[in-house]
Amino acid sequence: MNKTVLIIQREYLTRVKKKSFIVMSILGPLLIAALMIVPVWLANQDEDKQVIEVIDETTLFINKLENTENLSFQYSYSSLEDAKADLYSSKTTGILFIPDVAITSPNTIQLFYKKKPSSSSMGYMKTELSNTIEDKKLLDFFQISKDQISAIKTPVRIVSSKLNEDGEEKQSGGGVAMVVSFASAVFIYFFIFLFGVQVMRGVIEEKSSRIIEVIISSVKPFQLMMGKIIGIALVAMTQFLLWVVLSSVLVVGVSKVFEDEFGKAEKNKSTIEQFNPDASKLDVNQQENFIAKVQSNLEMINFPLILGCFLFYFLTGYLLYSALFAAIGSVVDQEADSQQFMMPVTIPLIFSFVIAQTVIDNPDGSLAFWTSIIPLTSPIIMMVRIPFGVPWHELVLSMGLLVASFIGTVWFAGKIYRVGILMYGKKVTYKEISKWLFYKN
Amino acid sequence: MSNLLVADKITKTYQHHMALNEVSIAVPEQSIFGLLGPNGAGKTSLIRIINQITGPDSGQILFNGKPLASKHIEQIGYLPEERGLYKKMEVGEQALYLAQLKGMEKYEAKKKLKDWFERFDIAPWWNKRIEELSKGMAQKVQFIVTVLHEPKLLILDEPFSGFDPINANLIKEEILRLRENGATIVLSTHNMGSVEEICEHIALINKSNVVLSGAVKQIQQDFKEGIFNIQFKGNKIAFTNALWTGAELLDSTELDGVTNATVRLLNNTQPNDLLKAIIPHVEVLGLQEIIPTMGEIFIKKVQEEKKEANHE
Repeated sequence: MNKTVLIIQREYLTRVKKKSFIVMSILGPLLIAALMIVPVWLANQDEDKQVIEVIDETTLFINKLENTENLSFQYSYSSLEDAKADLYSSKTTGILFIPDVAITSPNTIQLFYKKKPSSSSMGYMKTELSNTIEDKKLLDFFQISKDQISAIKTPVRIVSSKLNEDGEEKQSGGGVAMVVSFASAVFIYFFIFLFGVQVMRGVIEEKSSRIIEVIISSVKPFQLMMGKIIGIALVAMTQFLLWVVLSSVLVVGVSKVFEDEFGKAEKNKSTIEQFNPDASKLDVNQQENFIAKVQSNLEMINFPLILGCFLFYFLTGYLLYSALFAAIGSVVDQEADSQQFMMPVTIPLIFSFVIAQTVIDNPDGSLAFWTSIIPLTSPIIMMVRIPFGVPWHELVLSMGLLVASFIGTVWFAGKIYRVGILMYGKKVTYKEISKWLFYKN
Repeated sequence: MSNLLVADKITKTYQHHMALNEVSIAVPEQSIFGLLGPNGAGKTSLIRIINQITGPDSGQILFNGKPLASKHIEQIGYLPEERGLYKKMEVGEQALYLAQLKGMEKYEAKKKLKDWFERFDIAPWWNKRIEELSKGMAQKVQFIVTVLHEPKLLILDEPFSGFDPINANLIKEEILRLRENGATIVLSTHNMGSVEEICEHIALINKSNVVLSGAVKQIQQDFKEGIFNIQFKGNKIAFTNALWTGAELLDSTELDGVTNATVRLLNNTQPNDLLKAIIPHVEVLGLQEIIPTMGEIFIKKVQEEKKEANHE
């Protein structure tokens, strides 16, 4: 059997069989699923029902405050003093006191409670109160009713399209593109880091356990290095696939189980809307708008292209960086010494992750252009740009440069690696490394 | 007997120093060859060149009469001085992997490994991880892995280090057995006792040059200085007088009336002449020629070089 294949096999199997790999494969999807489920679950957490006694000296708010699932309002005409005295003997949990000056000076409204209402309940009360006061003022000062206001509300949407030189219009995806590009940037960043460092660790392990000389008396150092890089690339692909498959299974499964909960959340919303028909009208409008927007966005994004590019940049970016990480591993004796050499390699990676946000805001700017062409940053930045549409020639240039620099880097890393793995107990400097490049074999 | 391995004027220079300067050695087939030299003399550089880990700047290596090529890797077994195994990997799995890297088929490698594990009494360790083994155990595994593919040429760098005397002996027996079965062995070691015991030929490398090479027995003969031990009963003064100008007394000790004297023969005196001179005066119990040990030769040769270097 080909020796490189043997090495790839070993690198792959020993890592996939490790406990940490299995744990990561399960934890990752769980985390992703939890991110989607926990907010829904939290939203459905039942709060203890609060019964608020409303003492309204203005009488404006009588029967205006809508009950919700967690709040019910009782209107009473007793004095604040009496209500306070009775609070612990009655079943009301709080007293909302609206003095007669509340309309002109709304900061005088007070709430006394036995148990603090949740901040969302507080927010609800505040909005209800201010809405009612605003309606009253509109009517009093300008004779405009609420219905009139909502009738003139006009949501605007701008359809932005890129006009190519040959007159072709091309719409670019908005929000969805942003999500897709950010997700791919995070994934690529994370995977390059995670698995690039594994390559480095692997090299250091071979060096510090002193098995390296045994192995390179059987295979060429270059074979060993490439075997390791490719083996770990396969581990990364396996992990990625497992995550995709497991998290989609989990999300689908969980949303089946929680269907009731999701349904309840929907119903909740509709009860609120029933009491507030205007709001619901606006909401439905917005909802339709949103769905339409997402759909048209989705249509605008070229998913096969994105997937293809993702795989390309993911793999080539990983190969480029892991060759550098392998070279670093070969020149140090233990991981602690690797810091000074790690810096220059990780900086472009971290830099491209940091500017990803700026690039999303302005995907055709010159910062975006240059960083998506330069090989060390292009795996992340180009992926950020692609969902917004990138001219073919830029894409080809970026990919070509990346492949070329990958080949260059592997050659360069191979030279360092060959000398470095047999070098022990010596603090290596950059100057020395640069000399190794010109060693004859 | 033909030479399995010939190094012809190998020169290797690193950045700051010359590691090998026109080094030539010849290793006869099916023999045990000792590669000696102080630390940093260039032994490891030579071994790495033979293993094709690095290449020489000039000169060439002939393996079985042909220039060394990558296909020869499978016919060479190498036990480096700085050795180790993957700590987290299981013993059997790891041995199989390394054997396959040397070009063995998995099935064949497994069968042979089982045999070796039985012989070395480590069969129960097959599924253990290396980090669970004692150092000696790991060394045994390492030795097996080195010789498993039945290489024509075995290069063993300090093969006895890390072994207790019993296991060191086991390894020695195995080395001799491998030689019987046709292997040629290059042994690099500082253990001069084992060199005298098992090596037929040696090369002594000092400061990048071969300073001494040849058959062990011959070298020892060459380094003889005409020193003898004589045991006798009788008057020591009479003995000394009898030596006259034929020999010089170096040392003498007396125990229970028996004197043990060390003398160096001078002026071309032969042992028989010496006996003739002293027999009339004392009762001779024994006479042995002292043959220098390889250790003494090693030290003498290296120090000579050092002196020369100082004079220059």
